[in-house]
Formats: sequence, structure tokens, C-alpha cells
Amino acid sequence: MKFMLNCKQASQLISQSLENPLSSSKRIKLKFHLLLCAACTRFRQQLRLINNATKRIRLETENDDTLQLPLESKTRIFQQISSHIESKNH
Amino acid sequence: MNENINVWLNEHGDYLYRFALARLRDPQLAEDAVQETLLASINNNSFSGESSARTWLTAILKHKIIDIQRKRIREQPLSDLIDLDASDTSMDDFFDKSGHWLEKPQALDMPEDILKQKQFLTILSSCIDKLPAKLATIFVMRDVHESDNENICKELGITATNAWVMLYRARMGLRKCLEMNWIAG
Repeated sequence: MKFMLNCKQASQLISQSLENPLSSSKRIKLKFHLLLCAACTRFRQQLRLINNATKRIRLETENDDTLQLPLESKTRIFQQISSHIESKNH
Repeated sequence: MNENINVWLNEHGDYLYRFALARLRDPQLAEDAVQETLLASINNNSFSGESSARTWLTAILKHKIIDIQRKRIREQPLSDLIDLDASDTSMDDFFDKSGHWLEKPQALDMPEDILKQKQFLTILSSCIDKLPAKLATIFVMRDVHESDNENICKELGITATNAWVMLYRARMGLRKCLEMNWIAG
């Protein structure tokens, strides 16, 4: 990878950096690119927002008391497991 | 035993369902995961009463969820996998031949207004669901496991390179979808 990254390479490094710390040479190349490139800086901001918002969606689903296992599903699960136990006992 | 199942289903069923739904984003799969969990719990006598029943059931559920996610990632049409290997060409929509943005990313911020935040999260949610199942699955797993990439790869039996290519493609798809449906909409 040359010292001057193009935007495609920079965007890949930005995405990677959200998973694992970049090597120091990659980090310096990316930093330099971001200093000069408003588009990739916005791209990084977009990815950070998407990460934070995705976490919020997950936590809100986990804590949403109005989301319930439908009664017919509970009945179905109960019947399935009961018949499983019976078949094991015979 | 039957009584136990009934009690657990009533006391923890909704909790387990929400936990699974937040990770699988599919009501039917979430329901399957809860059933598999309770079925495993009666076949497995490791519940010692030292931990709460909920904690124990959640630990089983986590494994069931990963089983389902692994299946979802592996049972993909072959064409998808070929496409994934040709990761350079699949990004043609976003960059020109010299690697410049075809369309520059637009400013995207969390709105301050609570109602608008809700709308934004709803749109992002539908954007996640529009991704190919494989990409959506790994993207949500990444959120759950934070930066524990190594573990995700081990659980899924994929290489680290494969994982980050998929995550990159998922993110490119999501930001494009948000630009089209949030900023433009």
C-alpha cells in the first residue's frame, strides 16, 4: 500500500479499525488521508453513528416489555416439549 | 418436569424471546430458539440452583442463537460466496477506477428530537433487514460481541478476512440505505 491512500482503501481501513486496532503504519496513512479528505471523514462519522444506533436498537428490543412471546406460541412450545418428554418415557 | 417447563415458559418466556429477537431479528427464529432452549434444559440436568433459572436459561439460549446464526451464514447461495470473493469488483457501485467516491458520503447525525430519533432507528432497522441475511447476521453479531472478532470467526468457522469483508459490505449497504431513506426521505 502506497503512502497516499485513495478513498476506497481509506474506507476499508476505517471499517477495519472498528474491529481491530490498525498497525501503526496503516494508522498514520489513514490519519493523513482523513486530514485532507472531508468525504472519508464523513464516512467514518456515518459508520460510528450506525454502530451506536444498532446497539440502541438491540437494547431497546431487549427491554421492550410490549414484545411478548404470543400465547399460541407458548402453548405450542409447551405441547411440543410435553410430547417430547412422553416419547422419552415410553 | 412438565410443571417446570410451564413455570419457566411463563416466568422467562417473554424475556428469552426478546433476548433472541434482538439478536436474530426474526420472530419465527426467535421463537424456535426459545423452544430449543427449553428442550435442551429438560435434557440437561446441569441446573444446580446456584445461579438463577433465568441466567442458566439465557446461557443455553446464547448457544442456540449462535447455532442459528451459523446456519444462516453457511446456508447461503453459492453465487453470494463467489460475489464475496470478488470483493474488489463488488464495490464498483461506490468508487471509480482510481478509488475515488462516485458519490461523496453525506453528513449523517443522530437527530436531537426524540421522535426523530425513533424514526431514524426505525429506518436503520429496516435497512438492516434489507441486507442479505448473511451480512445482516454478521453485522448484528458484531454489535453483540463488540470487538471480539476472533470469537465470532471461530463460532462461524470463517476467516478474519472474510469477516471484515462482510462487515465492510454490510456497512456500505447500510449507509447507502440511510442516505436514500433518511437524508433524502
